[in-house]
Formats: sequence, structure tokens, C-alpha cells
Amino acid sequence: MSEPVMRERASAASAGAASEASAARPMRPSLALLRKDLLLERRAPEAVPAMLLFSITTFVLFHFGLGRDEVSGQLAAGVLTVTLLFAAILGINRLFVSEQEEGGFDGVLLAPIDRTALFIAKAAALFVFLALVEVVAVAAFAILLLGPSPWPALPGLLLILTLLNTALAVVGTLVSALAIRTRARDLIVPIVALPLLVPALIAAARLAAPLFAVGGADALPTKWLAVLALYDLVFGLLAYAVFDFLLED
Amino acid sequence: MYGKGLRALTLAAFVALTTTFALVFFYAPLDADQGFIQKIFYVHVPVAIVTLCAYVLGGILAALHLKTRERRWDLRSYVVIHIALIFNVVGLLTGAIWAKASWGHWWVWDEPTLVSFLIVFLLFATYQPLRFSIEDPERQARYASVFAVMAGAFVPLNFAAVRAATATVHPRTFGTTEGGLPSQMAWVFLVAIVAIALLFALMCCYEIAAKQTRWQLRALRRRLLGSDAVAPLGRSAAPALGEPARPTPRAPRNPAEAAS
Repeated sequence: MSEPVMRERASAASAGAASEASAARPMRPSLALLRKDLLLERRAPEAVPAMLLFSITTFVLFHFGLGRDEVSGQLAAGVLTVTLLFAAILGINRLFVSEQEEGGFDGVLLAPIDRTALFIAKAAALFVFLALVEVVAVAAFAILLLGPSPWPALPGLLLILTLLNTALAVVGTLVSALAIRTRARDLIVPIVALPLLVPALIAAARLAAPLFAVGGADALPTKWLAVLALYDLVFGLLAYAVFDFLLED
Repeated sequence: MYGKGLRALTLAAFVALTTTFALVFFYAPLDADQGFIQKIFYVHVPVAIVTLCAYVLGGILAALHLKTRERRWDLRSYVVIHIALIFNVVGLLTGAIWAKASWGHWWVWDEPTLVSFLIVFLLFATYQPLRFSIEDPERQARYASVFAVMAGAFVPLNFAAVRAATATVHPRTFGTTEGGLPSQMAWVFLVAIVAIALLFALMCCYEIAAKQTRWQLRALRRRLLGSDAVAPLGRSAAPALGEPARPTPRAPRNPAEAAS
């Protein structure tokens, strides 16, 4: 048997075995890709420190721009959510850069795995980055700008940020993949992502407003929880459905 | 042969629009509060409705393109979104004029329909820059379709969110409570919707026919005069048609060869 044929058979056999393995544990490729992204970020921190510095600088800018030492209520909610949104744009811009520059796309396409694995891994990575940024940024916000005590707001804020991060991660991953192979990548990301994220921002800002009220945290308005959760669900499913088309070349 | 049925469609749109304007000016009653300026409603609201439906339609056509991989769906999706953008600008301008006349401001933030209309405009305004920044025509079509699907689904979601965010002052056109239209106005309004929808369809058909004709002409020139006579394609936001799709055996490139 000639050498190329043998190689072909061997690769077909290994592909079959791998796809069986991935069918048995469908999340495994995603987890491997996620681990790679987290490892990259740990070895050479890039996105997270930049997003963090950007957030804190933006709080300082808001302090001077608004001319206030303390904010509360809707204003506080707006400052926090808009800052996080803009910081997320930085992360979205960088999300696929290593894939694009080091041939990670080819690796995923050649591997016998579902392409959606890349989407899940990248969205999860962005979610983790945002959560890391928020741990410090929200604390900084509470110290620098927030008037009322942050402690009663904390459980509600945790829920809001989880939902908001999901929205940012899902839409951000899709927009990032959309923009990474265009000529004007850093222009396309903000102009496409910001309008798409407007409903999520409205819901998150309205949700957070009663938490930062002067008299102590009020209950969360359920209407906005439903809107934000619906947004996550719709765009999550949509992105899951269309992401494949961004990869095939 | 392109543009089949264009003449009939043109006539229908012309008649419908003329009828609408005649009805608006001579038949529909004058609004008790707002007077004459209220008549802009018969342009503004149908344009807005047609725009939003067109965006959703653009998303559906894009989904068909992703499913079938046929270039013509991308062309249709592109043209529908393109014309819808123009209608969107018209809707924003007429809306602002109406807001100025009835509420005294050019822009009203507690007006969910106007605000979400602006957000949708901002989103779809990025469609062309996105296309323009991708050179490979096949990838351009694919990425633009992905964008159009997302944006098409975004339209209703955005409307729900913005409407929930504001206390509404916009007259609900078919409101069941006190905001309902008198029957005469409702009739004229329905005719206006049909007319504007016909105008939209007409513009789309013309644009598609024009694009196909241009590409056909290009292919013919290339076949007749040789590929040197046809200028190479520049970067474009519009979908590329024809040439890569049909690798049919061409006539000899050289005219002298063809004559012998």
C-alpha cells in the first residue's frame, strides 16, 4: 500500500476516533480551547489589564466630566454600565487576534471538532475576562464614585452583571469574529457592537438604578430582568446558529 | 432578460401613490388638535412600518443565502436593506418634523418608536461599511448575511426594549383605547401603507434589475472586447454578480481570432 493512502487512512481513522470521543464528551473541545485562552492571558496578560485600566480611567473621566464627587441612582447605574460596555469593546477587539495572527482558525478548521466549540470557548473566555475586570472595577467604582453603600446592592449587582456579561460575551464574540478578517477591524467592532448592545445596556442600567438608590437598595424590577434574560437567550441561540458561517474558508 | 413586470409594477405604484395623495388632501378629515401637519402621518407611519418590515425581510433573505449559498439571495438581501436605509432616513426626518409640529421639539426622547428607529438606523448604517471592508466577494456575501440575520432579529427585540423603557406619548395607530383612528382616516392610512409598500418593492426591483444589467453588460463587454477592455473591479460594498458564478466556455478573447 502506498504511503499517501496509508496516511489518509490513518488520519481518517484518527478523525473517526476523535469525533467519537467528542460525541461522548461534547464540551471537551470547548474546554480545551477555553483553557488555551486563559493560559495565554495568564502568561501574557493583555486584554484584562487594558480593560481594567480603561475602566478606572473612565471613572476618573466621569468624575471630572460630570463634576460630581458622588453619584447614585440612575446616574450611578449609567456610569457603571456604560464604562463596562466600553471596556468590553476593548476585549472584543482583541478576542480573535491570536487566532488570526497565529493560525488558530486553521487549527480549529482542521481539527475534527464542531466549529461551534470555538464560539463557546471564546464567549466563555470573554465572560471570564469581563468578570475578572469587574471584580476590581466595581470595587473601584464603589470607592471612587458611588455615594450609597455598595454592600446591600451586591447580590442584585452580581445577578445583573452575570446577565450583562452573558450578553456582552455572546454578541461580542460574534462581532469580533465578524470583524477580525475585515480591513478596518477596530472601526467595525465598535460601530457594529454598540447599537446591537443598546437593549442590553438599557435593561442593565434600569436594573441597577434601584440598587444604587440613596435610601438603600430597592428590589430589582422584574420587567427588566425578563428583557435582559430574553436578550441573552435570543442572541445566544442566534449566534450559536450563525457562527459556523464565519469560519468556513 | 431582466426587469420582467417592471412596467406593471411602476404603473401600480404610480396609481397607488397618486390615489393616496389625493385621498390625503381631499378626503381624509383634518385632525382636530394638530390640523394640517397631522397629514404627514400618512407618509411617516407607512414609511416607518415598511422600513422595519424590510429590515426583517432582509434578515430572512440573508438566512436563505446562508442556507442555499446562492448569490441571488445575497443580492436581494443587500438591495432590500439598501433601500430600507433610504426609507429609514425619510422616516426619521418626517418623524422629526412631526415631533416639532405636535410636541414642539425636533427630538423627543420619551418617544420609544422614534428612539428605537434611530438605534435601528445606527445599526443598519454599519451594513455598508462592513461589506466595504471585506474584499473577497464570497466572504463579503457570507459575513454580510450573518450580520443581516442578527440585525433582522435585533429589530423587534430592540423595539420591545425601548418601548418598555419609556412612558409612551406616541399615538398608537390602531390603539384599542381612546387613541383609535376615525374610520375615514384608517382607510386612507391603509391605502397609504399599500402605496408605500409598492413604492418600496418598485425601488428594489429597479435596483436589482440595474445591478443585473450592469453585470451582464460587463460580461458581454469582456466577451466581445477581451478582458483588457474591461476595467478591473474596484472595492465595492455591492454584491458581485455573474463572473465567478458561471465558468462557461467563453468565445475567443481576441476579436481577430473570432473573425477568422
